[in-house]
Amino acid sequence: MLTIKELRARLVAPLDPTLFNTSLLLMALGFVVLYSASGSDMGKVASQARNLGLAFMAMWAMAITPPHKIERVVFPVYVVALVALVGVALFGEVSHGARRWLHMGPVRIQPSELMKIALPLALAGYFEWRGKAITWRDFVVAAVLLLVPVALVIRQPDLGTALLIASSGFYVLYFAGLSWKVMGGLFAAGLAAMPFVWHVLHDYQKKRILTLLDPSQDPLGAGYHTLQSMIALGSGGLIGKGWLRGTQSHLDFLPEHTTDFIFAVFGEEFGLLGEMVFLAAMLVIITRGLFIANEGSTPFARLVAGSLSMTLFTYTFVNMGMVSGILPVVGVPLPFLSYGGTSLVTLFISIGILMSVHHHRKLVKQ
Amino acid sequence: MRQTLRNPQEERWQFQLRLKVLSGLIFVLCLLLLARLVWLQVVSHGYYHTLAEANRISIVPIVPNRGLILDRNGAVMAENNSTYTLEINPARSGDLDTVINQLSTLVTITPSDRKLFRKLLDETHGLSPAPIRNRLTEAEIARLSVNRYRLPGVDIQARLIRTYPLGSSASHLIGYIGRINQDDQDRLDDQNLTDQYRGTNHIGKLGIEGRYEQELHGITGSEQVETDAGGHGVRSLARIDPVAGNDLTLTIDANLQQAAEKAFGEHRGALVAIEPATGEILAFVSQPGFDPNLFVDGIDQDNWNALNNSPDKPLNNRALRGQYPPGSTIKPLMALAALTLGKRSTTFKVSDPGYFSFPGSSHRYRDWREGGHGMVDMHLSIVQSCDTYYYSLANDLGIDAMHDFFTQFGFGQKTGIDMDGEMSGLYPSIEWKQKRFKQDWYGGETVISGIGQGYVLATPLQLAQAMATLANRGIMMRPHLVRAIRDRATGTVRTLPLETVRTVPLKETDVDFVRDAMVDVMKPGGTAAQAGAGATYSIAGKTGTAQVVGVRQGEKYSESHTAERNRDHALFVAFAPADQPKIAVAVLVENGGHGGSIAAPIARQVLDFYLLGQKVKAVPDANDAGDDSAHD
Repeated sequence: MLTIKELRARLVAPLDPTLFNTSLLLMALGFVVLYSASGSDMGKVASQARNLGLAFMAMWAMAITPPHKIERVVFPVYVVALVALVGVALFGEVSHGARRWLHMGPVRIQPSELMKIALPLALAGYFEWRGKAITWRDFVVAAVLLLVPVALVIRQPDLGTALLIASSGFYVLYFAGLSWKVMGGLFAAGLAAMPFVWHVLHDYQKKRILTLLDPSQDPLGAGYHTLQSMIALGSGGLIGKGWLRGTQSHLDFLPEHTTDFIFAVFGEEFGLLGEMVFLAAMLVIITRGLFIANEGSTPFARLVAGSLSMTLFTYTFVNMGMVSGILPVVGVPLPFLSYGGTSLVTLFISIGILMSVHHHRKLVKQ
Repeated sequence: MRQTLRNPQEERWQFQLRLKVLSGLIFVLCLLLLARLVWLQVVSHGYYHTLAEANRISIVPIVPNRGLILDRNGAVMAENNSTYTLEINPARSGDLDTVINQLSTLVTITPSDRKLFRKLLDETHGLSPAPIRNRLTEAEIARLSVNRYRLPGVDIQARLIRTYPLGSSASHLIGYIGRINQDDQDRLDDQNLTDQYRGTNHIGKLGIEGRYEQELHGITGSEQVETDAGGHGVRSLARIDPVAGNDLTLTIDANLQQAAEKAFGEHRGALVAIEPATGEILAFVSQPGFDPNLFVDGIDQDNWNALNNSPDKPLNNRALRGQYPPGSTIKPLMALAALTLGKRSTTFKVSDPGYFSFPGSSHRYRDWREGGHGMVDMHLSIVQSCDTYYYSLANDLGIDAMHDFFTQFGFGQKTGIDMDGEMSGLYPSIEWKQKRFKQDWYGGETVISGIGQGYVLATPLQLAQAMATLANRGIMMRPHLVRAIRDRATGTVRTLPLETVRTVPLKETDVDFVRDAMVDVMKPGGTAAQAGAGATYSIAGKTGTAQVVGVRQGEKYSESHTAERNRDHALFVAFAPADQPKIAVAVLVENGGHGGSIAAPIARQVLDFYLLGQKVKAVPDANDAGDDSAHD
């Protein structure tokens, strides 16, 4: 018989207050912005609330599961995600010119989203499994594990997601101790390969990069998104136009204003000050995540926590960079604010894993 | 053992280093992001604020209601009726033929609707919506509304359409409005009125509608409308109401106008009736007319061809622009000139053998009556319209004296009526001929000028004005069509001031003499005795005939042997009541033969209607040239 105290220790204690409260704050902010961005559509807010319910359960489930138990399932999950990606390539549903969705009975999933979590977990699991005898061969194996799904996602084509998956995998390699020289070499090779990459890019991708340099060049075409979101942010000013009073989104000038471009709505209505509050809260979560990584008891725990925290930052930075016009337009949701079930669940799984790593650090030590 | 103990420590140290490096990177990237956001939201805030405002606010012009045109008694001659128009926006509709075919299953779309639509589309270069159907019925609107979801770019617009309730009556006088074309646009640009006409599609083209465009148009209002990315208005932010155009009250009596038009029947011609004391134009007829309603939304090709190619030339404003030899209608003024200049006394008699010829010349200037009128004094010369008398009088006066006198009565110059496109007519002089043809003046040209032939040309309006001036005893009033303008903004009515053009120095007794002779024209023995018969008021009148083709020496003009279009024009001028003139009138009937038989009866009907309120019948084509008194 479990006492109430024991039950509490097992079910509630793992929920790290810093991560939990900050997430709640950010989600509250998310609902406020979503209500405005959706044009006061309570249906959309309710739907996001359902997503959040699901996400909380996933977070909680991850938080109460010790890292070593998670570790056991990472390879099967990776394999499932990989098979799903292959499935997408073969039978996926085409939408907006890209093959991203897979129908599994009534459920429609985007395997690339699953891979965002599965890849860093699998790589961390691999390094944990290899223990202390890590050599350069292990990095080669890890690189293959990384590049196969990335290549599949690039083929969809979804360059943005592929780069994010690659980056989340790369953080694991980095924390696992990938030699600085190799990284320097990769960076140089990347620069050298740019002309070639440019050549294989799709026209729309080239256009997005070109319009980044000058969005006003094609204001009604590829530059439209960027220009309108820049107008939204810029017109918001220091303190914003006020909740529900952003004209850019309410009058439909802003595309994707509940999903990828919701930051523009936020910035327009709450201004630079609001954005700084959001960024500060994000940094609290990210710093907390890195702190947790630092105190992780096993390499797996450290690598996973470090990678997930950095991925969270990457999402935040890429999304804000895209909306403010310093990065090309890629389909990256903004954590906590963007509408969408999959990304929300993925986000809270990450936070759940961070909580698990934190909560179980001493247990493992013992 | 040492290794296993040291390794985790080493690992942790390595890990921490890498964490620190990434933390540094995060810090740098966050600074970069913040710098960007500060740049956008603080430094460039003004710029983007302006862009956002431009994005969302569009200024929508509100077209003012066009002023009404009323007759002198308040009867509506031009108004605005609400109507529903079906418009297609080519930018959003997709393939036009498909859309039009789809529409034609819902509403009637005639081939001429299609043609007109294409024409309007060409005019706007396909950039703005063009109407395909006007005046939709309620059933059609219902059908369209139900099917609207599958018809992108198709809109039903409620708008006011200019309507001319009198149809073709007074068409030349009122004119019409039509779509603004490139010429109109250029003119508006020149006058800096482009902003005033934002949203306005139509502009006055002719007649009162054209001349008084500025009064009728009104002041365009505007509305600041918040729009979405699709350009659809979401809500109104601010509004400046338009000021409706001013209402015009004309000097025209619509009933008299219609009565006069009715009197013309099928005849072509013109009639101008003026109130002598004021210069107010009571009726302004040019027959045949046209239906100005056809022009409002662009006339279709078939109707245009019908109007433009008709031999009757319905688009010609004969009263204003038709220049005709005035013929014998100028004889009273010739007589007045002779008296005023002291060249003839009233009792001076001329022997009329049926022709006039210069001494030593065999060329005969024929009188209309073969064998002549015998001994003719001034009174008889007017009553019987004796040509020979005026041949010799002209010869005595000389062309320059005649030119100077007639110029005072408005010949050869525009009357200055408030209508555009007026023709000035012509009264020749020696100097004029020298300038125009570089030739000397011939005496024979003076002689025929004496009976209003040769170079002399006058518009019906000028003849009416000359008659009004005579009736007004030499005081020439500016003829005008607009009597008062009602300001829609303030509701005040501004009566336009009367304008005296000039006062011709005349002796009362001379005027009385000429007037009395003209009264006798309408009595038994006069050339318009038939038309004057049974009048309960006294009419001063004068008949006239204008040759269309010359009659050669030794030949006789025969009406029955001349093709209808080559027949003489019939003229008649009059004022009544003779002692207290209330109305002066000039009538021209193209190819009507002689003035007494057609033009005078039309004038009589108009006078009866105006002075007595009598009903009007169309004057039949009178071919009974047997009545001597009805000649010339």
